[in-house]
Amino acid sequence: MYHYDSFDQQLATERVAQFRDQVQRRLSGELTEDEFRILRLQNGLYMQIHAYMIRIAVPYGMLSAAQMRMFAHIARQYDRGYGHFTTRQNIQFNWLKLPDVPDILADLATVEMHANQTSGNCIRNITSDEFAGVAQDEVIDPRPFAEILRQWSTFHPEFAYLPRKFKFSITGATADRAAIQVNDVGLQACKNAAGEIGFRVLVGGGLGRTPVIGTEICDFVPWQHLISYAESIVRVYNQHGRRDNLYKARIKILVKALGIEEFKRQVEADWQFTKHGECTLTEAELKRVSAYFTTPPYENLSEEAALATLLQSNRAFANWHKRNVKAHKMPGYAVVLLSLKKAGIAPGDATAEQMDAAADLAERFSFGELRVTHEQNLVLADVKQSELFTLWERAKAQGLATPNIGLLTDMICCPGGDFCTLANARSIALAKAIAERFDNLDYLHDIGDIELNMSGCINACGHHHIGNIGILGVDKDGTEWYQVSLGGAQGNAASLGKIIGRSFSFAQMPEVVSRILQVYVSKRDLNERFIETVRRIGLEPFKDGVYGTPVAADEKLLNADYDLIKAGTPYDTPYYSPRF
Amino acid sequence: MQIIKHKTVVEDDWQVLHLSEADTPESVVIPAGKVLVPLQVWQAQRDILLARSDLGVWLNSEQRAETLQADIEKFSLIAVNFPKFADGRGYTLAYHLRVRLGYRGELRAIGDVLCDQLFYMQRVGFDAFAVRADKDIHQALHSLSDFSLSYQASADVAQPLFRRVQR
Repeated sequence: MYHYDSFDQQLATERVAQFRDQVQRRLSGELTEDEFRILRLQNGLYMQIHAYMIRIAVPYGMLSAAQMRMFAHIARQYDRGYGHFTTRQNIQFNWLKLPDVPDILADLATVEMHANQTSGNCIRNITSDEFAGVAQDEVIDPRPFAEILRQWSTFHPEFAYLPRKFKFSITGATADRAAIQVNDVGLQACKNAAGEIGFRVLVGGGLGRTPVIGTEICDFVPWQHLISYAESIVRVYNQHGRRDNLYKARIKILVKALGIEEFKRQVEADWQFTKHGECTLTEAELKRVSAYFTTPPYENLSEEAALATLLQSNRAFANWHKRNVKAHKMPGYAVVLLSLKKAGIAPGDATAEQMDAAADLAERFSFGELRVTHEQNLVLADVKQSELFTLWERAKAQGLATPNIGLLTDMICCPGGDFCTLANARSIALAKAIAERFDNLDYLHDIGDIELNMSGCINACGHHHIGNIGILGVDKDGTEWYQVSLGGAQGNAASLGKIIGRSFSFAQMPEVVSRILQVYVSKRDLNERFIETVRRIGLEPFKDGVYGTPVAADEKLLNADYDLIKAGTPYDTPYYSPRF
Repeated sequence: MQIIKHKTVVEDDWQVLHLSEADTPESVVIPAGKVLVPLQVWQAQRDILLARSDLGVWLNSEQRAETLQADIEKFSLIAVNFPKFADGRGYTLAYHLRVRLGYRGELRAIGDVLCDQLFYMQRVGFDAFAVRADKDIHQALHSLSDFSLSYQASADVAQPLFRRVQR
């Protein structure tokens, strides 16, 4: 993976000093909260219901064992012993005090990490394929380009005050695992007929209040022009994106308003000034960055023969292998997903102990590297098949081997009303209620591939629009309700879900999910996945199944066990908490 | 008042002309002395104003640098107004003035100019800053040196880092 040179390190260090000074001026009252807000957001720092939250960048989801241990340290030293991995492959800590934040950033800088631009109206952390470099369907390893984009977008002087946030995602594989169709800019690395490398560029995708699938703006931008082309897109957006209405400020609204042809014309008109200019990437720079993403020293192995016997003799191992182990491009190796979706735990949460354990596992089994997925799990990308059983036993002991990747309980879920000031409804609590209702592993495996995505509000951090089952928290007269949509999907055949009807109370929701699954089970063809059934039969049978008879509330869900965050201990010093 | 110019706090006697509701660009009377006039006033009274040597022009964030293309050589001072510090259009405007139009005179940030934006402003081509009166101008001066290097090309350095140094 990438390692900082002296230039990267110097910038990281200077950023910490800059923010330390800004925090001091906030604490002294010199900076108003309104002035400070934008500065702290550009350092990933939010004010949430209980405390400050920091979102630390995990560039394109890649982590070293040392970096993961730093997260464990932050969890112990400054937080309450855990962190939350996010749908942009980042990590958040929820219980921080403002005066500690400069120290956290300083600690992070010692392991080549930062929280730059993980929030605010700027270019956010670049996301990518969690299987980059090891996937069988990869055309080009996207990570060198993701790192080049990271450097270009870091502290870009022109684009720190955009109309709204701006998200890039990049993939180099034929199957899209990076949700490139629902990012502001989606990049698909590819080769043209002459074998040259370039990018198919999508623009104006996104979820949130107005979900849109991205539109192709160019079918092939040669790699040398990646930066100048990206810069022209963002420059046109910076000039013309709406600034009068927060809800219409994303690039997707501009692209819709202008039409893709006119938007493209403006981008190309700007690009003519820079296309062959100094921003053109050089062979030397690509070579320099690519050198960090070399193939690890794989052993010359063949497919592990003993595995078949183990899988036959141990059903629990076989269940895990079926769901949590993926094909690797090298014979004798496998890609392993460590599930952060154990029932009863907030999806994506990991304790400091689990972080340390994951770091240990990475060092022991996978060349010391990990990845974070946008589905909020961890990846060990280079595991010998012969060591899968040992790895499984160790991961299981740490609660990291729930055999549910891609199953119903592998939910994508935002922090929701337990933490977030924007949320209309709790999502972690509902995830818990659903996980408890569907705790029968045989049933989950029988249901098979299904994506349940949940957001506590319209901002869609939980990607509910592209969940096969999407759940959205809505506010009705100050109480929480949940709207259900079906038919959303991510990947190459990305689609946006459609709402099935009126919303439900918290205590009705597990039964609603159950009814949806019952319709699927009764209507599915042999080997037909949930999304395929929805696409074939449409929404009507599901509406009939869900709304046919009144949905009773589950009384046990009305008790306080589902308020994950107890009243807590609010901080009582000014500026330490949003309560002031 | 004091402004920052070429990384120094200096006294400055330019006045910024704002159109009141009663004014029109055609009819507003331009006071004597050093005056920064709004772009639309320059456009409306160009023929008369061409004679004055003590005149600068200011653009608002939604206006386009290209509008000044024909006249760019006539000015020794152009200002860009930030209606709100979070309105980032002024950065692209400045970049265009410097890089696309080749403007070499003083480029001043006016309006909601606080302390912590100056580093980026300097990078896109501003060399003068009329820091908002209630802010500490010396603190603002300090923020001009927040970083000692940068990854990208902009108006301040024509090359991105990978072309500038051996990495």
